Amino acid sequence: MTIGLGHYLTVAAILFTTGIFGIFLNRKNVIIILMSVELMLLAVNINLVAFSSFLGDLTGQVFAMFVLTVAAAEAAIGLAILVVYFRNRGTIEVDDINLMKG
Amino acid sequence: MIPMLPKATLALPEIILAVTAMALMMVGAFRKQDATRTCLWLGILGLVAAAWALVVVTGPRAVTFHGQFVSDYFSLFMKLLVLLGSALTLVMSQDYLEREKMARFEYPVLVVFATLGMLMMVSANDLIALYIGIELQSLSLYVVAAFKRDEVRSTEAGLKYFVLGALSSGMLLYGCSLIYGFTGTTNFDLLAKTFAGQGAAQPSIGMVVGIVFLLAGLAFKVSAVPFHMWTPDVYEGAPTPVTAFFAVAPKIAAIALFTRAMTGPFGPLLAQWQQIVVFVSLASMILGALAAISQTNIKRLMAYSSIGHVGYALVGLAAGTPSGVRGVMIYMATYLFMNVGAFACILAMKRDGKMVEDIQDLAGLARSQPKIAYALAIFLFSMVGLPPLAGFFGKLFVFLAAIEAGLYFLSIVGMLASVIGAFYYIRIIKVMFMDEPARPFDLPSAPVSAVMGLSAVVTLFFFAACWPIFAAAQAAAKALQIG
Repeated sequence: MTIGLGHYLTVAAILFTTGIFGIFLNRKNVIIILMSVELMLLAVNINLVAFSSFLGDLTGQVFAMFVLTVAAAEAAIGLAILVVYFRNRGTIEVDDINLMKG
Repeated sequence: MIPMLPKATLALPEIILAVTAMALMMVGAFRKQDATRTCLWLGILGLVAAAWALVVVTGPRAVTFHGQFVSDYFSLFMKLLVLLGSALTLVMSQDYLEREKMARFEYPVLVVFATLGMLMMVSANDLIALYIGIELQSLSLYVVAAFKRDEVRSTEAGLKYFVLGALSSGMLLYGCSLIYGFTGTTNFDLLAKTFAGQGAAQPSIGMVVGIVFLLAGLAFKVSAVPFHMWTPDVYEGAPTPVTAFFAVAPKIAAIALFTRAMTGPFGPLLAQWQQIVVFVSLASMILGALAAISQTNIKRLMAYSSIGHVGYALVGLAAGTPSGVRGVMIYMATYLFMNVGAFACILAMKRDGKMVEDIQDLAGLARSQPKIAYALAIFLFSMVGLPPLAGFFGKLFVFLAAIEAGLYFLSIVGMLASVIGAFYYIRIIKVMFMDEPARPFDLPSAPVSAVMGLSAVVTLFFFAACWPIFAAAQAAAKALQIG
C-alpha cells in the first residue's frame, strides 16, 4: 500500500478534531488548552505540507513556516497571560475561570 | 541577477506605523522618567502620519509584494476609519491610564502594533497576508485585554479572549489550508480566476468545507453569532479604554477583511456562502437585540449592542452586490462615531475617582450633567437608527441593498430586531432623563470631553456632510471586483 495525500489529510483531520475536543471537553487545566491549540496548528501544517508536495507548489511550505513562527509567538503570549492570571487568582483550573458569566 | 524589489511605497502607511511602534519601544525603554504620556502622543502622531501617507499614496487598484498586498479605494476608506478609531481611543485613554495605575508605555506600542495588523488585514490580497494581519492584530489585542495585570477581571478577559481567539485562528487556518489544497493557490486574484473559470459548476466538497471554516474564523473576529460568546466577557473585563478600542477599530478591520474575502476571491461562489452569511446576520441581529435587554452593566450591554451592529453590517454583505458593500462601508463609518462617542460617555462615568459601570448609575444624569446626558442620548438614538442621526443612514443603505437583492425575509427580521433593540437603548435614556438623580459624576477630563463633543457633532450633523462619504463609499465599492 502506498501512502497518498488522503492518508495525510486524514491524520491532519483527526489531529485537528482532537485539538478542538481538547479545548471543549477539557475541564481541568488551561495548559491542556494551550497544548490543544498547538495540536490544531500542527494539523494545519501537515495539511499544508502534504498539499504542497502533492501539488508540486512551494507556497504551502512557505505558509507552514509562517504558521510555525506565529504559533511560537502565540504560545509565548498565552503562557504570559496565564502567568499573570495565576498571580491574581492562584489557580488555572478551567472551571474557576468564571468571574464573568457569558 | 538582482531580484526585483517590490514597490514598497504603496505600503507606506504600514511602514510608518511599524517604525513608529519600534521607535516608541526605544523611547519607552531609554527614557529615565515615565514615558507613557510621551509615547501616547507620539503614537497618535504616528497614526495621523500614517493616515496622511495613506491619502497620498493610495490611487486606483494596485497590487504589490508579489500579489500579497493590495491598495485600492476600498482599503483607503476602511483604513482611514481604522486609523481614526485607534487615534480617538488613544486620545481618550490617557487620563484613565494614569488614574488606574496602568500607565505603562507598552499600551500605545501595543495599540499601534494592533493597528498595523488591522491595516494589513484590510489590504490582504493573499491567504498568507490575511493570516499574518489577523495574528498581528490578535496577539496585540490579547495583551491589551489583560493590560490591567493586577486585576482578576482584566486578566480573565485576556485569558478568555486568548483561548477562543486561538481556536478561531486554528479554524481559519484549517480553512485556508483546504482552500489552498483544492485550488493550488493562496492568492486572491488567482482564486477568483479559478472560481470564475469553474462557472456555475459545483465546487468540490473540500472547497466548501474550507470556505465554511474560513467563514467561521472570520465570524469569530467580527464577533457574529454563533461565535460571539467571548464578546460580553471580554468587553466587561477589559479596562474601559481597551473596550472602546475593541469595539471600534478591530471590528471595522475584520468587517473589511470579511467583505474583501467574500466579494473578491469567493465572489463567484456567492450561492455557496450567501446562506451562511444570511444566517449569521439574522442570528446576530436577534441575539444582539434580545440578550441586551436583561443587562445591567453598560459595558456588557455595549457588547451585545455591537453584536447586533455586526449583524446589520452583514446584511449588506449578504446582498453580495456593490450597493451592499457600499452599505457596509457607510454602516461602519457611522458605527465608528457613535461607538467612540458612547464609550467616551462611559469613560466619563466615574464617581470620587472610581469607575462605575451600572446603568442605574446614570440615573438623573440629565439634571446633574446635562452635557454628557445629551451626548449619550444622541449616540443611543443614533444606534436605534432614528433619522436624521448618523445610524439611520447606515441602516438605510444596508437594508436598501438587501431589498434590491431580494432578501426580503432578512430585511423584515432585521427591522423587527432593530425595533426590539430600540427598547434597551431608550431604557437608558429614560434612566438618564426621568429617574431621580444619583450623586453626580466627576468632571470628565478634557480629551474625553473633546472626543465626546466631536463624535456628537459628527453623529448629529452626519446628514449635512454625508454626500462625499456616500460618493467615496460608492467608488470604493466599485473598486472591489464583484461579479
